[in-house]
Amino acid sequence: MQGIKPDRVQESVGQACPMPIVNMAKNMRTMSAGQVLEIKADDEGAHADVRSWCEQTGNEFLGEENAGEYFRYFVRRKA
Amino acid sequence: MEANKGTMIVQLSGDFDKVFAGFTLASASAAAGMPTTIFFTFWGLKAIQKGNLTGKGFMGRMVGLMNRGGLQRLGPSKFNFGGIGRWMFKRMMKAKGVAGLEELRQACIDLGVKFYACKASMDVMEIRREDLIPEVADIVGAATAVKDAAAGSVQFFI
Repeated sequence: MQGIKPDRVQESVGQACPMPIVNMAKNMRTMSAGQVLEIKADDEGAHADVRSWCEQTGNEFLGEENAGEYFRYFVRRKA
Repeated sequence: MEANKGTMIVQLSGDFDKVFAGFTLASASAAAGMPTTIFFTFWGLKAIQKGNLTGKGFMGRMVGLMNRGGLQRLGPSKFNFGGIGRWMFKRMMKAKGVAGLEELRQACIDLGVKFYACKASMDVMEIRREDLIPEVADIVGAATAVKDAAAGSVQFFI
């Protein structure tokens, strides 16, 4: 995940379901196609939820990275 | 984003935990780009009431007093113990970073979840339009609820 440069970073550490996803959706709505959003979250549910959300909305899940206290998820907005 | 079929939630319960479930599913559904509607009926109306006292006649006013609306007043379906349970759950949720009902309802509003209020329930309980939060899109009957449910692919009854 080193090579990815996010266009925006979302701080969701300390937030529980569904707020990381709610905020991710809000962020993505105001971004343009091709832009990358990084989500920092420590909610365990986010592992499955970020992927599920991408699958359902057709956005691209680029990957995740363990940052110790939290995870970094990278999502690219499609069209 | 890809178009999805809609979600329809019938919120019958006005219990803290069940309203929490309703708003959580609605916000997640709207976040996924699905047109989402919540139909608030009977006790569920409490979740979209401003919280003022309601009712015209004696019995209506008694219902308004004993069953006062507003998110702040919702108690859990179990372990309420006259309000202690509500306080306890709120504390536990906050400690774990779980959003409160106000925050969840606002997330639903921000993501475009449509709130419908049930006309018949409002008549029975003597709740007026002015007693509901302004974000309620419309006051409708069962036929509209069914029409929205038919247009969707997901229905929840809470």
